[in-house]
Amino acid sequence: MVNHRYPRYIFLFLCISFLSFSISIYIKPLYADAGASPMTLMDGRLVWQRYNCQSCHQLYGLGGHLGPDLTNVYSKSGKGSKWISAIITTGVAQMPAFTLKEDEMEQLIEFLKQTDACGSADPRSFKILNDGMCHQKQ
Amino acid sequence: MGSRFLFGALIMLIIGLVMGVTASSCYLVPELGVYFSKLRPMHVSGIIFWILPAASGCVYYGLEMGFGVKPSRLLSIAHGTLWVIAIVGIYASYLCGDFGGREYWEFNPVWAFPIALGWLMFLIHLIKSIARIPKWPVYIWMWLTGGLFFLFSFAESYLWLFPYFREHIVTDITIQWKSNGSLVGAWNQLIYGTAFFLMSRINDGGFDQRSPLAFGMYFLGLFNLMFNWGHHIYTLPTAPYIRYTGYMVSMTEWVFFIKIIYHWKRNVAEAQRNFHYLPYRFLIASDIWVFLNLGQAILMSIPALNLYTHGTHITVAHAMGTTIGINTMILLAACFEFWGASIKPNKWLAVAFWATQAALLAFWVSLNLAGLIKGMWQMSHPQTTFTDMMNSLRPFFMIFITSGIALASLLLYWAGKLLSLKKKRI
Repeated sequence: MVNHRYPRYIFLFLCISFLSFSISIYIKPLYADAGASPMTLMDGRLVWQRYNCQSCHQLYGLGGHLGPDLTNVYSKSGKGSKWISAIITTGVAQMPAFTLKEDEMEQLIEFLKQTDACGSADPRSFKILNDGMCHQKQ
Repeated sequence: MGSRFLFGALIMLIIGLVMGVTASSCYLVPELGVYFSKLRPMHVSGIIFWILPAASGCVYYGLEMGFGVKPSRLLSIAHGTLWVIAIVGIYASYLCGDFGGREYWEFNPVWAFPIALGWLMFLIHLIKSIARIPKWPVYIWMWLTGGLFFLFSFAESYLWLFPYFREHIVTDITIQWKSNGSLVGAWNQLIYGTAFFLMSRINDGGFDQRSPLAFGMYFLGLFNLMFNWGHHIYTLPTAPYIRYTGYMVSMTEWVFFIKIIYHWKRNVAEAQRNFHYLPYRFLIASDIWVFLNLGQAILMSIPALNLYTHGTHITVAHAMGTTIGINTMILLAACFEFWGASIKPNKWLAVAFWATQAALLAFWVSLNLAGLIKGMWQMSHPQTTFTDMMNSLRPFFMIFITSGIALASLLLYWAGKLLSLKKKRI
């Protein structure tokens, strides 16, 4: 039988550790290298959500599985803003055609451009360290 | 009141299963793809609103059966009413194509308010009830943890509403998957707490709910709830300490849980196994699914292997394996314990039980194999297009859909059986 006070102490200790860890993540934008992102990027994220792009597509491997990961679609050879705009307007395979307003299209493409600029989701671009961790190749 | 939550949850399970089977057919019939963006969230929400109301119903039941604490009429009715309003609103939102939310919560964010408010009612009821109970057994700790952390993580998953959090892409995605990881951990605490409650009923007095081992397991689970979500974001260019924390914590996962169930199972007498025929079997099934998903989770949490599995159907297999194999099996065990403990063993029940496990195994294996091929493709076949790779997965999708239909039919059978048992009780 456990002394009934111990669980309270351990619970409190873990909660304080968790809150500290959470806050360390919340304050990251305050000292991020890049400044505040343009408004079009933030609005682009909302367009992504409004049209539920995540149900089929992924960003950094997170999202649906019916379509490809779009993290680096902007910089992919032969693709880019015009290609993205054309695919959204006409649809392809299982993807239906979407009718986005001009500013929505602009915001969404800006969002994909900025997402692409912040890193690579291609697993081949990582190196595996001796401790099993993976790091983006420079 | 507990039975009303379980009843509502079973209805949502039926909706979630029908939507899931329909959505999965989009993998083989491209013409249906146009509906996928509505069907997928309807399926996901159906399953989430099976798990959460069922888990809270089990807590209401557990407090009443174990400690004679009757649910507060006002709070439990407010909880139920707010959730019914939210669920109706969410499905209307999906039907109208009014999205705007994120993964798991893709509906218009306005419907998050009744969910959070309803949960707050549940939490107040829970805290008021357990305040009267001296020397809490471990499952009370687990229920309290699940209640508190669900509310915290749910609120955290809406931080993106503030531009401050949305303006930095990497932090935004980090917080999104931090909150989603903890949300799953929170409902797992509610469900594993229920599993412990059931163990104490089935193995009357033979399982010490206040032992150091029981608490050690609980704290390990809590530790994982708080810090074991980093494996979602190994490829995200976030701070290394966040990724290393997730990596290290994930290696501690599940160990005590298996140990404690092993100890419990050894001590259950044959008579008790037959008296609690279905609850006992569903709990044992969840035990086996814990074992399979544990192995998978540990492998997926090693970053070097995660590069192959991340973003593939192996992740889907893991999500399905845990929500159906572990969560749903425990919740079915609870429903049968509360409503049908007196069911006598018979051949057809045994056939249905084993068929359910076989269908789930085929479903799980087909997704893992599809994921393995996708993982190999993304690491070494850049010349093959995404469409060609998806076409090569069609045989696995055929098995996935066929076994999914069989599994959904069998789960509908169990849901129907439970609803008829509830009717008899009334």
